[in-house]
Amino acid sequence: MAEVLVLVDHVDGAVRKTTSELLTIARRLGEPSAVFIGAGYDRAAAVLAEFGAEKVYTVDDDQVTRYLVAPKAEVLAQLVQQTSPAAVLIPSNTEGKEIAARLSIKTSSGLITDAVDVQAGEGGPVTTQSVFAGSYTVQAKVTQGTPIITVKPNSATPEAVNSSPSTEAVTITLSAAATQAEVTDRKPRERSGRPELNEAAIVVSGGRGTNGDFAAVEAFADSLGAAVGASRAAVDAGWYPHANQVGQTGKQVSPQLYVAAGISGAIQHRAGMQTSKMIVAVNKDEEAPIFELVDFGVVGDLFSVLPQATDAVEKSKG
Amino acid sequence: MKIVVCVKYVPDAQAERTFEQDLTTDRTSVDGLLSELDEYAVEEALKLVEAAEGEVVVLTMGPEQATDAVRKALQMGAHSGVHVLDDAIAGSDAPATSLVLAKAVEKIGGADLVLTGMASTDGTMSVVPAMMAERLGLPQVTMASELGVENGAVTIRRDGDASTETITAQLPALVSVTDQINEPRYPSFKGIMAAKKKPLETWSLADLGVDAGEVGQGAAWTTVESFTARPPREAGQVVQDEGEGGARLAEFLVSKKFV
Repeated sequence: MAEVLVLVDHVDGAVRKTTSELLTIARRLGEPSAVFIGAGYDRAAAVLAEFGAEKVYTVDDDQVTRYLVAPKAEVLAQLVQQTSPAAVLIPSNTEGKEIAARLSIKTSSGLITDAVDVQAGEGGPVTTQSVFAGSYTVQAKVTQGTPIITVKPNSATPEAVNSSPSTEAVTITLSAAATQAEVTDRKPRERSGRPELNEAAIVVSGGRGTNGDFAAVEAFADSLGAAVGASRAAVDAGWYPHANQVGQTGKQVSPQLYVAAGISGAIQHRAGMQTSKMIVAVNKDEEAPIFELVDFGVVGDLFSVLPQATDAVEKSKG
Repeated sequence: MKIVVCVKYVPDAQAERTFEQDLTTDRTSVDGLLSELDEYAVEEALKLVEAAEGEVVVLTMGPEQATDAVRKALQMGAHSGVHVLDDAIAGSDAPATSLVLAKAVEKIGGADLVLTGMASTDGTMSVVPAMMAERLGLPQVTMASELGVENGAVTIRRDGDASTETITAQLPALVSVTDQINEPRYPSFKGIMAAKKKPLETWSLADLGVDAGEVGQGAAWTTVESFTARPPREAGQVVQDEGEGGARLAEFLVSKKFV
């Protein structure tokens, strides 16, 4: 069976959940080979084995992480040439999509981004994407070269199958073109202690209706163990960090439960949350378009509804 | 400084967007406009040449109506426009799009900066800027939420998933900007009148030396097999808060086992 390359998403060896999802998907298509770029492989090895990597390619070279995106695309291009994989799976985040873009051109291979499902099909993987702000789903496949697919978080349930991968250290000589955009400073994002927005099972978001006071939204989120999101209006007003924005130009989330508080539900916001499994809204305006999407809605003031709900949730947890 | 801004004409996201029979995006039955996210790139280009000196060339490819997107950018203040118009382009995928745009950037010539938005509002792939950088051999300086040009180098702030990065590269460079970077201006009446006299050239694929067989739906490296309209959500239960709305919300979540 052919290898399937999976680019590992990690911070200093702390592997993100998306990687175990990608390894699980890779097993449907061939033999998963993880590609680990950067420092900290010791910390990552156990997780990669747990989710079935048969092989791990490691690249620990300062040059690769010192320049933006292009060096990682060169690493993958080298491995594609070396292994002729059945597919390359990459996490669908900003950097992942840009790496995939360059790899596509380097290898003259078709690229599909933001897949929410990938299955083996005749003549290669078949992807499912959610398009036009979640109003359609599209099935597509790559027809030239090596299928390069970026996969969104929560697209598969990780399945543990212990393996004992062999490792191969890869050396790379970067081209001059790949070393032009230098990362001169890197500040880790401050951790809120809450789950990652695009990995969380529950997301509670606040919008214009909070008037800048997110305390009730955060308290309700914490009672549910949820991540906190914000609408573009709230972010543009400076009430909440852009990293928490849900919508077309922020994160696109697909949790089990999405709670929209004080959010009207404009298309820009719907594009980021419409594919959530269950949607709940609290809004003073009963005409707000968000109520067209909800499984359960409360027409009321979020500053009285959310604290009451928070108390009730805490009580039923006992 | 010479800046080329790439813009896209897209179906209005507020309208009911759908597909053509050949499974490409329907670009005729829905009114189109300059992709909102490209306005930030136009604005940033205008700010840069206003602060120093230079010219802004707006570049698009697409059907006849795509001229509207260039026109809007000219109304905002860009100096001239180029529209790559050719029947063979219809149905092009992202790699082909990046090929045509890269060739057009080369033909325009002398660009210190190639600026783009962070994504189109229709395809939303966010890959064309990286593909153009790869093809043009330019430094890729993408997803800028802040941008400065000094001493022949561009420096940006890039807010990533795990960290905030500062990226620096020598000009010429390819830069994409996010919607956090500025507040795009509205065209003034004066700008709208002035735009009518600004040069707007139309180029064919032959003008760029691109073979028609390299682009279009037939040459795409991916294919859409089918599309399905998402079934409308079943109408949910909406209650008025009469003092117990929060408790009822919690009951609902308990009944669905989220608590």
